Amino acid sequence: MPTILIIAINAILIENFVLVKFLGICPFLGVSKKTDTAIGMGCAVIFTMTLSSALTWAVNRFILEQFHLQYMQTVAFILVIAALVQFIEMALQKLMPALYQALGIYLPLITTNCAVLGSALLNIQNGYNFIESVVFGFSAGVGFLLAIVLFSGVRERIAACDIPKPFQGFPIALISAALLSLAFMGFQGLKLG
Amino acid sequence: MDIGAIVIAAVSLGLLGLVFGVILAFASRAFAVEQDERIPQIAECLPGANCGGCGYAGCTALAAAIAEGKAPVNACPVGGAPSAERIAEIMGVAALTAEPMRACVHCCGTDGDAVKRYRYEGISDCEAVLRLGGGEKACTYACVGLGSCVRACPFGALSLKDGVAAVDLAKCTGCGQCLTACPKGLISLIPLSHSYYVGCSNRDRGGETKKVCKAGCIGCKLCERNCPAGAITVTDNFAKIDYEKCTDCGLCAEKCPVKIIRRRGEEPPAES
Repeated sequence: MPTILIIAINAILIENFVLVKFLGICPFLGVSKKTDTAIGMGCAVIFTMTLSSALTWAVNRFILEQFHLQYMQTVAFILVIAALVQFIEMALQKLMPALYQALGIYLPLITTNCAVLGSALLNIQNGYNFIESVVFGFSAGVGFLLAIVLFSGVRERIAACDIPKPFQGFPIALISAALLSLAFMGFQGLKLG
Repeated sequence: MDIGAIVIAAVSLGLLGLVFGVILAFASRAFAVEQDERIPQIAECLPGANCGGCGYAGCTALAAAIAEGKAPVNACPVGGAPSAERIAEIMGVAALTAEPMRACVHCCGTDGDAVKRYRYEGISDCEAVLRLGGGEKACTYACVGLGSCVRACPFGALSLKDGVAAVDLAKCTGCGQCLTACPKGLISLIPLSHSYYVGCSNRDRGGETKKVCKAGCIGCKLCERNCPAGAITVTDNFAKIDYEKCTDCGLCAEKCPVKIIRRRGEEPPAES
């Protein structure tokens, strides 16, 4: 099987960012009350993750590695991601107002999404080349979308249930997230190569 | 310790930051979108509850629509006349005051009056119980009393009383969220100045209705015949008040044999 496909399956199912690696839990819990908003958030994450993977790979390769500054990765990547999100937001507002309307409110939230930083750092750790990095970023985003959409469906059901008082709200959300995560552990068996 | 390494790190990251800063600065110029300065001003006059009663996604979306002239200045049903006047001032047009509306539940088949077919102990949601033969009550037009509207109301104006939703007129703002929340469409908005309403939505014939609920419109047409303004029509075996014509005289409530034409905010007359 081509490496790229392995990377994609790995990032979406086996090493799902939210449910297996526990990255990006904040938006996962924060914007998962309705499926519509969850889809919006997921798409925004895919968008930013793909672009930031490409950009951070370039920054790492052409700036950090040249000056032997790999230990500054975290700082440099945060800088890159924050600037990138800002830039995307402005560009979208001007060039693609329709897409901005759809993603608009979620974009600023992503600046502080550790999943985006996580994907950038993992790209370097795993020694991916440019194409692999972009694929990894994109599929990690798809994994996030999958997790948040599944979870929002669960939460919409929970909202209609008669939950004991001490469990209402976040407690039951966390418990169901844990069960969902447990289910995703089943994909460990898929591990390839 | 090599000072040079620190200098290189600081300078290169500093330059990186500087480059991004410059790019962003240019981008903000190049991609500047002129926003109407009236939008935030208008948004300030709106209640800010984001209830969606106006049909837009939220208060800011409505403000944008008003500024563009797509929505009238009185489009907010919650803010009513005071907010419409202030917005009209910003927009420089005369305010058209809309009659404030209040929600009204067209069912008064309380637990005592309505016949129940079974006992429901599932999840507390109107949509859910509808799947089970249209609800506990034998009348398929009746309020199932599981409070989907209560949860939809952003102002806490709805409550359940004896198995039927009740509106608190003091809290209701007429945003209309409950209208869409009610799966049976039992809630409508009627003008605040009118107090009489038909508390039933049953379209079955009189005899059928009587079997399932004591407080059901039997379509006797007494109200239609007695209304001096000709505001009531009985179609499909149930009465409907036309609030354009209604003079709020209350004669219909007096004549109704099953006492389902009621005054809002009042308990039904005690049975003699």
